[in-house]
Amino acid sequence: MAKKIDSQDSAGFIGWIDERFPLSSFIKNHLTEYYAPKNFNFWYLFGALALFVFVMQILTGIFLTMHYKPDAAQAFASVEYIMRDVSFGWLIRYMHSTGSSLFFVVIYLHMFKSLMYGSYQKPRELLWIFGVAIFLALMAEAFFGYLLPWGQMSYWGAQVIVNLFATVPFIGPDLAEWVRGDYLISDATLNRFFAFHVIALPLALAGLILTHLIALHEVGSNNPDGVEIKNYKDKKTGIPLDGIPFHPYYTVKDLIGLTVFLIVFASIIFFAPEMGGYFLEANNFVPADPLVTPSHIAPVWYFTPFYSILRAVPPILNSQFPGVAAMGLSVLIFAFVPWLDKSPVRSIRYKGILYKKWLGAFVVSFIILGYLGTVPSTIWGQFPMILPLLGGSDVATVVARIFTIIYFSFFILMPIYSKKSITKPVPTRVTMK
Amino acid sequence: MANKSKKVSLDRRRFLVAATSVTGAIGATALGVPFVSSMLPSEKAKAAGASVQVDVSQVALGEVLTTEWRGQPVWILNRSDEMIKSLKSNPKKLADPNLNVSSQQPKYCQNKTRSIKPNILVIVGICTHLGCAPSPRLSPKGDMGENWEGGFFCPCHGSKFDLAGRVFKGSPAPTNLVVPPHKYLDENIIILGEDTKEKA
Repeated sequence: MAKKIDSQDSAGFIGWIDERFPLSSFIKNHLTEYYAPKNFNFWYLFGALALFVFVMQILTGIFLTMHYKPDAAQAFASVEYIMRDVSFGWLIRYMHSTGSSLFFVVIYLHMFKSLMYGSYQKPRELLWIFGVAIFLALMAEAFFGYLLPWGQMSYWGAQVIVNLFATVPFIGPDLAEWVRGDYLISDATLNRFFAFHVIALPLALAGLILTHLIALHEVGSNNPDGVEIKNYKDKKTGIPLDGIPFHPYYTVKDLIGLTVFLIVFASIIFFAPEMGGYFLEANNFVPADPLVTPSHIAPVWYFTPFYSILRAVPPILNSQFPGVAAMGLSVLIFAFVPWLDKSPVRSIRYKGILYKKWLGAFVVSFIILGYLGTVPSTIWGQFPMILPLLGGSDVATVVARIFTIIYFSFFILMPIYSKKSITKPVPTRVTMK
Repeated sequence: MANKSKKVSLDRRRFLVAATSVTGAIGATALGVPFVSSMLPSEKAKAAGASVQVDVSQVALGEVLTTEWRGQPVWILNRSDEMIKSLKSNPKKLADPNLNVSSQQPKYCQNKTRSIKPNILVIVGICTHLGCAPSPRLSPKGDMGENWEGGFFCPCHGSKFDLAGRVFKGSPAPTNLVVPPHKYLDENIIILGEDTKEKA
């Protein structure tokens, strides 16, 4: 059997283990003899960083759970208790709260990398879809976690989001009641959100991350040139000519990235843990009060682009549902990108100027929608009444509508412009520019 | 013999696999029922959602009282004559001035003032857009602009309502504010969550 040869490689304790558990072969297959393209740039750090933040969130989460009380009467006070009385409780909580925001930072950059280099194209469609699923689970995880401090923003944010379910035709109100377990956001809601946040979704995330990695190691990494390194292998060894072992080459590279990341991470934790209200909103330092809505409700920054889309869509036939559907679609539409992109080439380096312009427009609309989601829709005032059509409507709402259209056009028109965009010749081997 | 029995056993196997899968799936679905229903409002939550009594004589003229029913803020507004007059002036600006969306108020409040007694408005203080709590801006003008005649303003997404809780056109809120089921026990005592004609 082939296994026998493996065990000859290592003697002693490792050899003993290898006869009972595929330790050495696992390390070989996934680290020391897993060949990744040699031309990765810094964009390829964010996957590893996301994994790091995930582990960090689990770790800090476990320690927060030791002191937190998922009880509407005690939750807010227990968070303050963690901040003031638990040794280093403030540090662990700030690591967790900053970690959640940075999780989205690295995930968004990771997704942008895939959009740039066509990392979702054949044969990596499933890899990408698992990634979209991770993104969805992460949003749910963040949403459930945000209720737990039981501050005003926790409460009213949850109120707004749970009421999104109530807009579903026919079953909506019953569905929202089922999600809440009460007629309003209450202790019952807090308790179940706690259950989802600390066990259900972390488990789902861990499983999805595993499938994401299994799919990645099955098809191999894409690279900034978007050329398949498996096409040119050393005839004797079968190793891709443009591949280098993940360990030690990329583990070391990721360590450098991690160091930079940790500098940023620590700077935020120690000097700006609330990040001017973007990571921890000021209203959340006020205990939840079902009878008083904060004067301005905004989700945490990482939800705001989608929230803007929700606000931008006007009610149709007395129903809020179209806005909710648009928001849901704005996230789910990512899953269809592998089939929307009809370009013969993968990487933006060879895709041509038209694709670059569209990707740029998408990024701009994502950022502007993100900004508009953090501010009241009245921020830029109203158009003067004398204007036809626009008269009296909020300027910010109209701007959000325009960028919502651009956001969706990026996806919906992709089959057209990705085909039309004049591509440059793709090299057969990776380049090191 | 080998050939024949192989064919028969394949059919059997398929049937057994299908039967086992279907039985298992039914069992798993049945098991899902208790789990799904455990998330519905509990008996305790249902009991807490019962009716509430309010004495409306404590609300001064032109003032609003906020009370709580099912954890929702309920406003009781004692409207002055000018306030009631303002309701007539702006049907064109309203999205649903004639109360066509009948789910937003009980039948007995489907009238010009959306109330049982013309001056006493009883209304759920939750925006029909996404459930924020609007704030009363009862007096005309002020920070609401020159054309404002008094009403309610939702700070979340800028929905505006008049003094009968009817939504203005151009607001994100699709419908008028909800008038909860209620009835008068005597001259001044209202019971929220119960009425004579419809069940709460």
